[in-house]
Amino acid sequence: MAAQSFSPSLTRLLFTVKYASLQSRCCAVHSKAQYSTVYNPSEKTFDKILIANRGEIACRVIKTCKKMGIQTVAVHSDVDSSAVHTKMADEAVCVGPAPTSKSYLNMDAIMDAIRATGAQAVHPGYGFLSENKEFAKRLAAEGVTFIGPDTHAIQAMGDKIESKLIAKAAKVNTIPGFDGVVKTAEEAVKIAKDIGYPVMIKASAGGGGKGMRISWNDEETREGFRFSSQEAESSFGDDRLLIEKYIDNPRHIEIQVLADKHGNALWLNERECSIQRRNQKVVEEAPSTFLDPVTRRAMGEQAVQLAKAVQYSSAGTVEFLVDSKKNFYFLEMNTRLQVEHPITECITGLDLVEQMIRVASGYQLQHKQQDIPINGWAIESRVYAEDPYKSFGLPSIGRLSEYQEPLNLSNVRVDSGIQEGSDISIYYDPMISKLVTYGSTRAEALARMEDALDNYVIRGVTHNIPLLREIITHPRFISGDISTSFLPEVYPDGFKGHQLEVDRRRELLASAAALYITAQLRSQMVLGNLRVPSTPVECSHWELCVKLGEGHHSAEVTKSGNVYTVHVDGGKVEVSGQWNLASPLLPLIINGQHRMLQCLSRDASGKIVLQYLGTSFQVHVLSKLATELNTYMPEKVPEDTSSILRSPMPGTMVTVSVKPGDTVAEGQEICVIEAMKMQNSLTASKQAKVKSVHCKPGETVGEGDLLVELE
Amino acid sequence: MMAAFGVARSSCGLVNGLRISLRGLAQVKHGAVAAAVPQTRLQRDSRWYSVSHPSVKERIDKKRKAALVGGGQKRIDAQHKRGKLTARERVELLLDPESFVETDMFVEHRCSDFGMEQDRNKFPGDSVVTGRGRINGRLVYVFSQDFTVFGGSLSGAHAQKICKIMDQAMTVGAPVIGLNDSGGARIQEGVESLAGYADIFLRNVMASGVVPQISLIMGPCAGGAVYSPALTDFTFMVKDTSYLFITGPDVVKSVTNEDVTQEELGGAKTHTSVSGVAHHAFENDVEALLSLREFFNFLPLSNQDPSPVRECHDRSDRLVPSLDTIVPFESTKAYDMLDIIRAIVDEKDFFEIMPNYAKNIVVGFARMNGRTVGIVGNQPKVASGCLDINSSVKGARFVRFCDAFNIPIITFVDVPGFLPGTAQEYGGIIRHGAKLLFAFAEATVPKITVITRKAYGGAYDVMSSKHLRGDISLGFDSVYGFFFFFQGAVQIIFRGKENQAEAEAEYVEKFANPFPAAVRGFVDDIIEPSTTRRKICTDLEVLASKKQVNPWKKHANIPL
Repeated sequence: MAAQSFSPSLTRLLFTVKYASLQSRCCAVHSKAQYSTVYNPSEKTFDKILIANRGEIACRVIKTCKKMGIQTVAVHSDVDSSAVHTKMADEAVCVGPAPTSKSYLNMDAIMDAIRATGAQAVHPGYGFLSENKEFAKRLAAEGVTFIGPDTHAIQAMGDKIESKLIAKAAKVNTIPGFDGVVKTAEEAVKIAKDIGYPVMIKASAGGGGKGMRISWNDEETREGFRFSSQEAESSFGDDRLLIEKYIDNPRHIEIQVLADKHGNALWLNERECSIQRRNQKVVEEAPSTFLDPVTRRAMGEQAVQLAKAVQYSSAGTVEFLVDSKKNFYFLEMNTRLQVEHPITECITGLDLVEQMIRVASGYQLQHKQQDIPINGWAIESRVYAEDPYKSFGLPSIGRLSEYQEPLNLSNVRVDSGIQEGSDISIYYDPMISKLVTYGSTRAEALARMEDALDNYVIRGVTHNIPLLREIITHPRFISGDISTSFLPEVYPDGFKGHQLEVDRRRELLASAAALYITAQLRSQMVLGNLRVPSTPVECSHWELCVKLGEGHHSAEVTKSGNVYTVHVDGGKVEVSGQWNLASPLLPLIINGQHRMLQCLSRDASGKIVLQYLGTSFQVHVLSKLATELNTYMPEKVPEDTSSILRSPMPGTMVTVSVKPGDTVAEGQEICVIEAMKMQNSLTASKQAKVKSVHCKPGETVGEGDLLVELE
Repeated sequence: MMAAFGVARSSCGLVNGLRISLRGLAQVKHGAVAAAVPQTRLQRDSRWYSVSHPSVKERIDKKRKAALVGGGQKRIDAQHKRGKLTARERVELLLDPESFVETDMFVEHRCSDFGMEQDRNKFPGDSVVTGRGRINGRLVYVFSQDFTVFGGSLSGAHAQKICKIMDQAMTVGAPVIGLNDSGGARIQEGVESLAGYADIFLRNVMASGVVPQISLIMGPCAGGAVYSPALTDFTFMVKDTSYLFITGPDVVKSVTNEDVTQEELGGAKTHTSVSGVAHHAFENDVEALLSLREFFNFLPLSNQDPSPVRECHDRSDRLVPSLDTIVPFESTKAYDMLDIIRAIVDEKDFFEIMPNYAKNIVVGFARMNGRTVGIVGNQPKVASGCLDINSSVKGARFVRFCDAFNIPIITFVDVPGFLPGTAQEYGGIIRHGAKLLFAFAEATVPKITVITRKAYGGAYDVMSSKHLRGDISLGFDSVYGFFFFFQGAVQIIFRGKENQAEAEAEYVEKFANPFPAAVRGFVDDIIEPSTTRRKICTDLEVLASKKQVNPWKKHANIPL
């Protein structure tokens, strides 16, 4: 029963044996991206590239490497030893334990891996070491090519203060603000007052929304200063902050640039990334509905000016805030491949990773600015393992017990680094995949996205498909009337899932009733020669009661063949389908319309959870008799939740600000949890005395764990 | 044992149990107390009719009507108020519509003491509803105790009704479901009631292994009455409204001076998580009865029938890619065996037996390509999946049920050994562990064993190994090893050797893989986990015609 330890060499040996056969399957799954440029095999680039990243982006890079005939080396942490990227690569090297600081950020181990495998170049992906000048320097010192811009550009653009100064000098529009390092909270307040509220406090080294706070008054400035510097310290090892004017209700539009080492630079059009929550992007599209050709060109040209000003090479992104009058302001430049690069690839036909590799090995750009098209429209939804009902998405963890990407649909691209059976852990970003759809028009791309979301099977973790589907079908989104505050404006009381209209509700109820009957009838299908003959109930008409939320709906069902006719809520619904009780997908024809539902669970007592229009609904189907008898069943009293604080997500306790006996005021901070590098403050829901504390700083907590009890 | 039980227990156990349950349910008027309740209008009517000589047909109708309302509307209301259904409502919900064929509706108790002979104390059918019916078209015999009549107390007539359907169930070969809701013995009948219990016990024992017997406890069940559910194959309970105990809280207080509530002493939570008496608990009557219908689908009607096959929508050759990554490489890291089981079986439908007791072993029913199978699995998530006293007993009883009723057994093995320690040794892990060994060894149903990671020490043998007549033994390619617990083995073999680490590495290289077992034929094949479902389905297909007979014996002597 005690732990056994084995030598690492043996571990690796066995590991190789175990997964060798799996590699081919993984590769086969991810091979849908289509590019208009054809790879030229006579262009010699590298023999072997190490990908210093994990997850979908590592897989994405490996795919292009395979296309270009380049050997690949994956690095992985110990928990990722059977991850998709590890299996996809030709070689894999373990670089440390799960925490990123000890593995994917562990430069020493990664340098060792490069030496051991003889990789000639490193693709850093995004995040991790992608914008780390130190890493780029170390690679250069060993003669290994960094697939990205050179150290100078990383340094210049990586520092938000310096980048702003350079941008100003390059005649790029910038936001008014304080261009210096803020040292104390009081200084922050003073500067904020000078600029005028609202202001944005952000980490100088930051990106991806981490270490960013918006402040509307002095108090929030002090708090924001504290949080941002802590987050900046823990995420980037650099607690410097800057403050600038916060542009209310802006759009976030960015320009993809591509430059070579010979002074050529192109802009590859824009990406509209305004749909964000907590400054992290959720839905992106290219092109933007908002830009006219003149603005697009102006932004593109400024982006190229900036790239040239820092002698940029490789792919990069210049982010702009665009106000309602189409004034645009430089926000920052990301000196790496962006998460949302696939939509640019879709509309331009370029393989950005291939271009990065070409540029890194010294080739000139293949294209001229006039060769860069906007072909159709592409939308990307970031599918996250998170609960969209809590602040538009709090991380969730778990094992993907069932997972099926909607790749059977045309014009759908899924970039993912996980597969059925993968674990979404607290250590890494909870992104499941990037779901990209494209079409000749925006409407086509959006319709495809609806289908893709409905066909996407994810079980085992909570995911944000309900929110994604609501966003892409919202009238404001469809009309293009969006800004970075889209979510809080559209859902001021938080996201509540799809609100069913009468017709849709009737369809849901009818589908549930039909599914219930299907299961009931199947229960009677005992096969074989029976010693005691079975006498199934001959019935083609049922009276049921379907409970949805607090509402009880009587349903009369008749069946002929595969078609159920359901009278419910004063309307008639015809439902037909294949009725496969084993399939997670439930393709139905409801009143002549094709609808894709998903059955999430179904139990003996008639509880059925269906996903319809993206949102999952729990319905309870009972026979008329069971419904009548159910009225006698006692109500089970749910736990009183006002006096207990449970962890809303899995994560690590950063601080616990109370101890037993303390009196807390309503809204007072009780503790701070860090999950996926975000610090979240948990507050008291009422004024009360603290009864007991069940957590301490540094501890790992799971979702729903009891943290603090109030009296 | 039975003799002692008859005398000692009847005075102490049965009667005390009743007294206590009466006190415990003070708001419930039943048993002897019930006689004081004024007669219902209906019974007054029937007496009036008897004066004016109604026709036999009219009398039959009246009796039938009276039987349908049991102890009368007032008591029915009281039953509902407690969140419980009446005996008849339960039967109606459990069985297919209009399939119930009632027997002995006219039986009345025969007690003539303490005023019980008066008409107002006679209820047609007495305190139990019996008969047969269908669940999803399949035959079943049912009794449902009626708490509205004398608190469901067991009279001689009540027992006789139950015995009658049990006898018929055995001759026909169909399961018996008991819905228990009884205050205990009918005190007024004294030894007659006790005899009734014994008659039922005897039938429970005779039917054991012949037809499946299921008890659903839906109210009190105290004193000697508890032994009937205990003798049946499965005991299910309803949360918050059902209790099982030998003696109630008052007697406990007076004898051992312990303060304990009914719920703590014998509630669903206690019996499903602490004592292991009950196999599953449900939220309420409706959920329990609907779930019981679902459970019933898994069972064959009798030991003469093969494991039932239901229409299946899940492809038998379905690959399960998620299994390829489920078993962590480190032999000490936990994973959830339920994830493996649910991924492999038809439609993820797994009916777990005793999910909250001895959680280091998982047992339950599922289907493979439509056919019912029994699943046994070590649970690495709990206590490393070791075998201990409770898990051995839990596993053994389940395996024996499957064997008795021709249900193939699929065993998922990842076991680090038996749990060491004084608590286990003093508790008799040797004889309890032997039960599981015995059960697997004597089982003649198809036995398929899948070793997911490791099987160390004696536990390797016990877990349906090839050596105990396992038909098919498969090893995941993640299999780590067999036989012995590495560090212990290394210490013994290489004692005194200077370089322990090197010695350990040598041993590991030799045994930390599936080959030592595979070359000896102790595993038939090493498989990719994703193909497990396909393999098991085809193997079961072949094994369906398996014939194996144990040597004749009066009965085996399992180490109890």
